[in-house]
This record gives sequence, structure tokens and C-alpha cells, in this order.
Amino acid sequence: MKSSVIVFPGSNCDRDIAVALNKFNIKNQMVWHDETVLPKSDLVVLPGGFSFGDYLRTGCIASKSKIIEGILNHANKGGLVLGICNGFQILIEAGLLPGALLRNKKLKFLSKNVYLKVTNLENIFCLGYKNKKIIKFPIAHNEGNYFAKESIIKDLEDKNLIAFKYCDENGVVNNESNPNGSSNNIAGILNAGKNVLGLMPHPERAIDPLLSGIDGSIMFKNLI
Amino acid sequence: MKISAIVTLKKDVLDPQGKVVNQTLKNMGYDNVANVRQGKYFEIELDESNEEKAKKIANEICKKLLINTVIEDYKIHFK
Repeated sequence: MKSSVIVFPGSNCDRDIAVALNKFNIKNQMVWHDETVLPKSDLVVLPGGFSFGDYLRTGCIASKSKIIEGILNHANKGGLVLGICNGFQILIEAGLLPGALLRNKKLKFLSKNVYLKVTNLENIFCLGYKNKKIIKFPIAHNEGNYFAKESIIKDLEDKNLIAFKYCDENGVVNNESNPNGSSNNIAGILNAGKNVLGLMPHPERAIDPLLSGIDGSIMFKNLI
Repeated sequence: MKISAIVTLKKDVLDPQGKVVNQTLKNMGYDNVANVRQGKYFEIELDESNEEKAKKIANEICKKLLINTVIEDYKIHFK
């Protein structure tokens, strides 16, 4: 398995995800956003951070980078794409995933561990969660409030394209367990081909028992 | 040609910042403020004297970069 982590000015989780990928024997290389050719990869990761200082809208400027065309081609050919946090925002701005990520409902930057319910097990990123559907990942974001018009939300629900929903430790999905105001507690979604996943929580920060647990490991183990 | 673009949130999109500004104005004693919605304003200088062409470019700029059509609307003004 070969991966490329795209680095933008302002990315700050690029090295974290590289450590995670290396830990699970995925051969990774870092790719600067200004490159025009995407190196041969099975998986492309758009990391978290504050690409281009979050100017205009989060992920917006990054979505116009030179490397994006290569990523679109890779995704359209069925290649795997994972967007974490700011990476999710970039995927949405690039049009690979629907909707928008608004400022958190309570206007506060959130940095804490949250419980998630894995709501789609039929994709390579989530296959490993068959026996553990309630997991704990860290979140760290200011714009994670997923919004889309009703028809799109309905489509995501009907086609089972929601990968993760915010919940409490017992798996209850409701307003109390929704940290940022996301529609239907959405934390992560898939494209129709289920080869593109965008999520606000950070699986790469949950790969070590000493740091936020190891629930993220399951995702990376399964990719090999 | 100078163009200004006003970007506003669509009606059904929650605007927590606008809500806070609204509440603050009320707290300051402006009881007659009914609602506030926050938006963005852009001033664009375009090297194009043909108004039709400028209009086309300005619309393109707005749709391709300045706004997110999922959550925002825009209006263009020429000076």
C-alpha cells in the first residue's frame, strides 16, 4: 500500500498522519500542494490544519491548488482519498463530497475526545469496526458543523453514505451528544463510490494507548 | 472597472455570529433591532471596460471562488 500526504502551507497534522501510516506499514510520501503530478498512490490523505490560514472559507484556497486535479482524477478512478478535519473541508470545497462545514454552533473552537458511532461498515476505511461500533476519537476544530440542504441529507441517509455520527458512550445519537451542531450528528461522510471519506475527528491521533487510545489504529490496519 | 460583491448567507443557513451581534445590540439598548445577518464584502478592480464582459467575469469569479453556493448568495454592483 502506497500513500501520499498532501502538504499545504498551514497544514499541521501532516506529520501526525505520516507517523500513523508508517506505523501500519503503509509506504508514505509527502507531496507539496504546488506539484502538478500526483505520485502513484493507492491512498491520498488531505491532512488537518489551517491551510492558507483558513482565508475566505476553510479549505477553499487549498481546493484550488495545482495538485487537486490529480486528486480528482485519482478519486474518479476509484482511488482512495481520506480527508481529515481541514482535509474534509478541502474535499468539500473541491466538490468531492457534498455540503458545507460551518462554524461550530456555539462559536467555540472544540478540542476534546468524542464518541462516534460507525454507521457504515461497507467501506474499506470502516470495515474493521464490525466488532466495535462505538469508538473514541479526538476532535479539534472551529468549523465542523456539517450543513447541507434537506434533500442532500436525506440522500446521504437513504444511500447510507454517512460513515460516522457523534454519539455518547452508549451510542446514543442526539442533541446532547452533538458537539458542533452538525445536521443529523454527522461527523464523517463518504462519496457514492465509498472510496472517498471525509471526517472531522482525528483517527491519526488515536493510534497509541498513551495518547487518546487506539481506536484509530483499526482504520489504518484495515487499509494494508 | 470597479466591482463590489456582497456575499450573504442563504436564508435557511444558521448564522450564529449574526445572532450574537443581534443579541449584543439588544443588550446595548437597541430594542428595535429585529434581526442581524453577517456577510462578506469584496472590492474587485477589473481591467475590462466592456460592461457585459466585466459582468460575465465577475459572476464567474463569485461562483468559482468567492462564494460557496451551498450556503451563500451574492449580489454584484458596478461603480
